[in-house]
Amino acid sequence: MIRVVLPAHLRTLAKVNGDVLLDVANPVTVRTILNALEASYPMLEGTIRDHGTQKRRPFLRFFVCSEDWSLESPDALLPEAIASGTEPFYVIGAIAGG
Amino acid sequence: MSKVRVLVGTKKGAFVLTSDAKREKWDVSGPHFAGWEIYHVKGSPVDPNRIYASQTSGWFGQLIQRSNDGGQTWEPVGNKFVYDGVPGTHQWYDGTPHPWEFKRVWHLEPSLTDIDTVYAGIEDAALFRSSDGGQNWEELPGLRGHGSGSKWQPGAGGMGLHTILLDPKDAARMYIAISAAGAFRTSDSGKTWQAINQGLKSEYIPDPNAEVGHCVHRIAMHPSRPNVLFMQKHWDVMRTDNAGDSWHEISGNLPTDFGFVIDVHAHEPETIYVVPIKSDSEHFPPEGKLRVYRSRTGGNEWEPLTKGLPQSDCYVNVLRDAMAVDSLDSCGIYFGTTGGQVYASADAGDTWNPIVRDLPAVLSVEVQTLK
Repeated sequence: MIRVVLPAHLRTLAKVNGDVLLDVANPVTVRTILNALEASYPMLEGTIRDHGTQKRRPFLRFFVCSEDWSLESPDALLPEAIASGTEPFYVIGAIAGG
Repeated sequence: MSKVRVLVGTKKGAFVLTSDAKREKWDVSGPHFAGWEIYHVKGSPVDPNRIYASQTSGWFGQLIQRSNDGGQTWEPVGNKFVYDGVPGTHQWYDGTPHPWEFKRVWHLEPSLTDIDTVYAGIEDAALFRSSDGGQNWEELPGLRGHGSGSKWQPGAGGMGLHTILLDPKDAARMYIAISAAGAFRTSDSGKTWQAINQGLKSEYIPDPNAEVGHCVHRIAMHPSRPNVLFMQKHWDVMRTDNAGDSWHEISGNLPTDFGFVIDVHAHEPETIYVVPIKSDSEHFPPEGKLRVYRSRTGGNEWEPLTKGLPQSDCYVNVLRDAMAVDSLDSCGIYFGTTGGQVYASADAGDTWNPIVRDLPAVLSVEVQTLK
């Protein structure tokens, strides 16, 4: 199972506590994780990536094994540690707003 | 026994304030959607338990929430606002073409006759409609398709469609207003639109007959007289008696004619309310005195209403969607401030009391009168 850590506001919106666990078929990428996440939690559609362009929202970042994955291709293969669930996939809200 | 429910949108959540008809003791529920900006919350005239809320965030974008139990519980519905066709461009602040981009929903206007039909006014300015209780949204493209669309320019707060008035006597007619494009009217359910800005004068527009470009802050209408509209423009309080074909100024003896809100007494179509704000560079009341001004003559002659409102050291603002009236026999007037106060008057403005004092900055206030 893939583990996804969401920002607090999105956990509230999705009515989940703690990590979200998802079945994601190979290949495990940012796109396939988000597709699975939105399929399980439709209320999250549009909150992480834009409805039309599917681009990451500007004030959100993706972190993978302590690395900022935000600017990588959404179709790049994620490390095995994510695919195996050893490490979570982080969606993090930027610290912004003063 | 009648009740009143006040729906408050703030910078950090929604609040539901309820009272009996005396409007003396209030129950405060919230924050709902804590931490999110709630631009607008409004109930359906068909079934007051159906309420729609616009929930937005710079981080997570736009959500629409719907309640079927008077705001006790909520469910997120559709949040996909996609412009019809190729969006094209409007004017940016510097006059250059700028692509139309969805940012947020400023205003939700439930249908007068159908519980599942609701209109949304969005930034960048466009009008959307849902016919299934907010699940799916489609643009009414005739508005942006009005020939002037490419000339529209944002106001300082963005290019929001903030006012939607539905004509209770003619289901095909509605009015909308956009900062800073102006006011528009449709007579065919939104297929085609006419700019209704003749008579508006804006110092920053050299052409006195400019079709668009006016910074309309708010328009109000009494349901019994849908041809008569009252407008708080950036500067100037205006009135039309012919459904917007022409406007004339009714600022009269106001201490300043800048402001955001304007509303009409529920039972007296010639009694109107504004909250004068010092200027566009100083968004607070003149002299630090928070005063509602009432005209019982449809404008020009105004009286300050001050009992219960702070008359010194008050430097809040009252934003465009933050005033509403109830329809009890003794008409109640409500407004919210950027300082987090929601004031209520149960006697048409003669006296005021704060329902709450310390909410986040108030973005919108709506009232439901419940039987």
